[in-house]
Formats: sequence, C-alpha cells, structure tokens
Amino acid sequence: MNTISPASTAVAAENDRPAASARPTGFVRDTAAVFVRESRPLVRDPFSVMFSLVQPLVFLGLFGPLLVGAAGGDVAGTLQWFVPGILVMVALFGTASTGANLLFEMQTGSHERTLVAPLSRSALLVGRALKEVVPLTIQGTIVVLVAVPFGFSLDAAGLIAGLAVLAVFGIGFGALSYTLALACRNRDWMFWMVHQTLLFPLMILSGMLLPLEDGPAWMQVAAAVNPLSYLVGAERALLAGDFGAAAVVGGIIAAAATCAIGVVVGVRAMRRAR
Amino acid sequence: MPRKTAGMTNRTNQMITAQGLTKTFRSKGQTVEAVRSVDLSVDAGELVAFLGPNGAGKSTTLRMLTTLLPPTAGEAIVAGCDIRTDPAGVRRRIGYVGQGNSGGHTQRVRDELHAQGAFYGMGRRETRARAAELIESLELDQVANRTVQSLSGGQKRRLDIALGLIHRPELLFLDEPSTGLDPHSRANLWEHIVDLRRATGTTIFLTTHYLDEADQLAERVMVMDHGAVIADDTAGSLKNSLAGDRVTLTFETPSDAATAAARIGGEVDGVDARVVAVTAPGGDRALPRYIRSLSDAGLEAVAATHRQPTLDDVFLALTGRSLREEAAAAASAEPALAG
Repeated sequence: MNTISPASTAVAAENDRPAASARPTGFVRDTAAVFVRESRPLVRDPFSVMFSLVQPLVFLGLFGPLLVGAAGGDVAGTLQWFVPGILVMVALFGTASTGANLLFEMQTGSHERTLVAPLSRSALLVGRALKEVVPLTIQGTIVVLVAVPFGFSLDAAGLIAGLAVLAVFGIGFGALSYTLALACRNRDWMFWMVHQTLLFPLMILSGMLLPLEDGPAWMQVAAAVNPLSYLVGAERALLAGDFGAAAVVGGIIAAAATCAIGVVVGVRAMRRAR
Repeated sequence: MPRKTAGMTNRTNQMITAQGLTKTFRSKGQTVEAVRSVDLSVDAGELVAFLGPNGAGKSTTLRMLTTLLPPTAGEAIVAGCDIRTDPAGVRRRIGYVGQGNSGGHTQRVRDELHAQGAFYGMGRRETRARAAELIESLELDQVANRTVQSLSGGQKRRLDIALGLIHRPELLFLDEPSTGLDPHSRANLWEHIVDLRRATGTTIFLTTHYLDEADQLAERVMVMDHGAVIADDTAGSLKNSLAGDRVTLTFETPSDAATAAARIGGEVDGVDARVVAVTAPGGDRALPRYIRSLSDAGLEAVAATHRQPTLDDVFLALTGRSLREEAAAAASAEPALAG
C-alpha cells in the first residue's frame, strides 16, 4: 500500500442507495432535529416536568406562609412579591441540572452516537439548550396557576413577557450546565459539587426568597453582580404588568448576557468534545 | 511489521485505506503511543475483524477512522472521504456502533430511530419506513414503544445496530459489538449481522477480543498488539502459517519420550516427563505419520492427542502471550475506553 487514492468515484458510482448526503446539512435543520429528540421524552411522559417542580412548589407552600406571617398576614401582596421569585427559581433549578442528562449520555454512548452523526456540533449544543424552554414554560405556568386561587393577581401579558425573559435566561443557563457536563466528563461528583456550590448562593443572593435590602453591605454587593437579582426584579415588574419599569431593562440585559455567554462557551466546549 | 497478505496495493474498490495512522496521548506527564503507524486496507464488501487484547489500540484506531479522534499522524480514506479534510463526508457515509449503548435512556426505541434518521438528514416518510423495517428485521417489534432503559442487554445492542444502520451506510464499524452479552444474545446478534451482510453486502469492520467470533465470522483477521497490526490474513491462513496443529505423544517412560523427541527433531515444542508436545505441519496427517515413524524405531506411544490450532495459538506464536488469558483477566477488570 504505497499510495492512498480516494475511492470515492468507485464507491459512489456503485452505490445506488439513497445517499443521506443528497440533502445539505444545515445548522437550523440539525438544531431542529436535536431539539425534537430532546423534547420527545417530555411529550411521551408529560408528568416528568413535575420532577423539577417539586422544589419550587415546596418553597411556595412552606416558605410562602412564613413570608405572609412576616408581612402581617397580607397574602395577596406577599404572593405578588414571592411568586415571580419562584418563577426564577424554576428557571434556575430546572436548567442547572439539565447537564446531568448529557453527562449520563456521555457515559453510556448516546452522546458519542451524536458526535459520529453528520450533525453540526453547534446544533448539538443549541438544540439541547433550546429544549429547556419547553419544560420551563410549562412549569412557570403551573406555578402561577397554583398561586392564583390564593390571591395572586395574574397579568396575562406580563406573564408571557416574564416567561419569555426567563426562557432566554434558561437557554443560557442550560447551555452553561451542558458546558459543565462536557468539562466534567465522567466525574459526576464534580458536576454535582459545582452545581450545589453555586446554586444556593445564587438563589439566596438574588433576593428571590427574602429581601436583601436589610442584609449586610457585602451581600448587597454580591447581589449587584448576580444576574439573577436583575431577573427577579424584572419578573416582579412584568408579572405586575409594569412593562415600563427600569428593572425590566435590567432583567432583559441579564437574561440576554447569560444566554450569549452560555451559548458561546457551550458551543466551544461541544466543538472540542470527543 | 509483518504483513501476511500480499497484493493489497492495487485494488480499486477500497472502502478503507490508512497509512501510518498514529495516535499518541499525554497521560500523567508521559507520552503514550496508543496506535503506532497502522496501515490498513479493507475492500468494499469485506467483513474484517480487528482482534487484540484490551488496550491494544483497536478502539483508538476505530475512533480515528470514524472521525471521533484526530490522528496524531498518518492519513486515512474512509468510504471515499479523507478523515482529516472531509470528516463530515465520512460521517454521512459510515455507520458506527460504539462500545456503549447509544440509545438515550428515557427515549422510546422507535423515537430514537426517528431522531437518528433526522440526524442523517433523511425525510420524515423515509425515516419512518426505514425505522419500521429495522424494527422488524432486528426483532424489536415487542419493545418499539418502550423506553431504552427498560430493554435487556441484547435488545439494547440490537437497537444500537439499528441506529447504526438507519441511513443504509456502505460501511459499518462495530466496536466490540457482543461484549457483555450472554451467549444466547451473542449468537442472536451475530445472526443479525450475518443476515445483514448477506442481504446488503455492507462492509463491516469490527473489533473484538472474542477469538471464536473473529475465527468463525470474519473473512479476514487483523491482529493488533501494543498499538501495531502484527498480522493480517484469513483466520485459516494465520493458523496454518503461524500456529500449526498441536500434537502430544505420551510414552511409557521419560527416556522413551526423550528418545522420541530427539527422533522427531525440530518440530518438538517441549518434553514434559513422558509427554512430547509437537507443533506439526500438515494438519491432521501428522499424527499417524509420527506414530508410524516412531513405531519403526521401536518406540510405542501409549497415548496421543491432536488439536487444531486456534487464533489464540496464533497470538501466542506472535507475541508469546495468550490472548485468552488476557481476555479473562480483562473481563474481571474495568473495560478500558481507549482499548
């Protein structure tokens, strides 16, 4: 074997099978294919969205009454303040652990299968991240609907806008979770360690559960650099129907920045994936 | 590097050609040569087995040929496309079944096949028809609407094969397809692979550390050890040329055995008390010939055995080590990913 001569002509000529290569591989089509695959288990088993809803509902049901008590029994006012925070919690916890699915698929063989398929690497990341929008929207809507009978006043346009901002954030945070999974490879413990280390500080330092105005100065500084603080502020304004609030702009910027950083970092990690 | 097959240079219908394929890894400050300058040539329609112990470099070679790993050096043309300059072309044309299970845990069998069709750019109708065809031919009908996590090991492996075949690839790579399966599932899986070959003429390139599999099913066996291909031929030729038939002759006394060994000469492997072990050329005709010639010299053997060589004998002749023992040792250890 002295020379390597591409046998493409010989192989292609006698191959009359339907060649998959006849259709061009496009990023959008690949992303759609990945999105559809990732969303299917949810369609087949809709109750699986309940899994990451348990924690936000526990907070709503067990933490909410304490807040009501602290507020002197003002249920409706407290819910108006608290529910938007719970929505952000849904987005945070739901998307933060999504990398675990990829981690598992990396350890079995599903991820390798997608790497050998003629799919754009960017689409592998973006399709997965976009899928986060589906459970997030369903879960967010359920949380709000659960709160309505207890006195939460719903502004439909505000809810749609609020969910849209959360979706943008969720795509970015999901992408970051996938990036973490790609970086951890077969070290599950590292994934969960980073996950646990970051999640609760991010949550507490966003003013999602308790107002930070009365906290020490360092906490307020930390909250000021936490994108979730802006998101919580924006959700509170949007769900109250206050579209013109300055907090809305801050929230949109925070969500867009998270999304941009997440997707850029995630795509880079996926391109390097083996 | 001894290459046992001649005349591999001027074939026109080659499905895989590789030259000087090399992969080195950095591990704990040391450079590990996983694959050392491997040359390969596989014709369209061939079924070739890559045989070797865990860690020999089989999977790493496969991962380079399937574009999962960029080679450190060397080049390869797979299904007409260069793995370096046109990896997307390679991916479109090949099917790959890795060591792991490629179906997503929470996905349903049929859904995974549909997703796989979309991954390969197939239209909806074509995908559905092809998925139905594969579900039937690989006997997945009963489990088509079940999630992958509920399948047995054999069913998961058949799904892996179906996923690898969705786009009717001209070349299918199988990395240890039957490892971890019980004997029944193994036989069943092989039946499917052989049927597929017969029906479509797909070229199959597989790795295995099961000697019997390589022996019975592959048309050509490449033996790999320490990152290099050390033999490449049909199982029969390898056994004849490298191993020879094994004959043992037992005598009344050790001194008879020693005299007999001296008379037989260069073909003797060793003498253990009253037993003389011989690697005999000429297959099963050797035993009567020895008995006759020793009898003429007044030496009567009290017992004799004859055994045809196995690929393990080939590996032993090539490396001085037994593949069977290494496989048994590896089976109790963790499967090596870079194997």
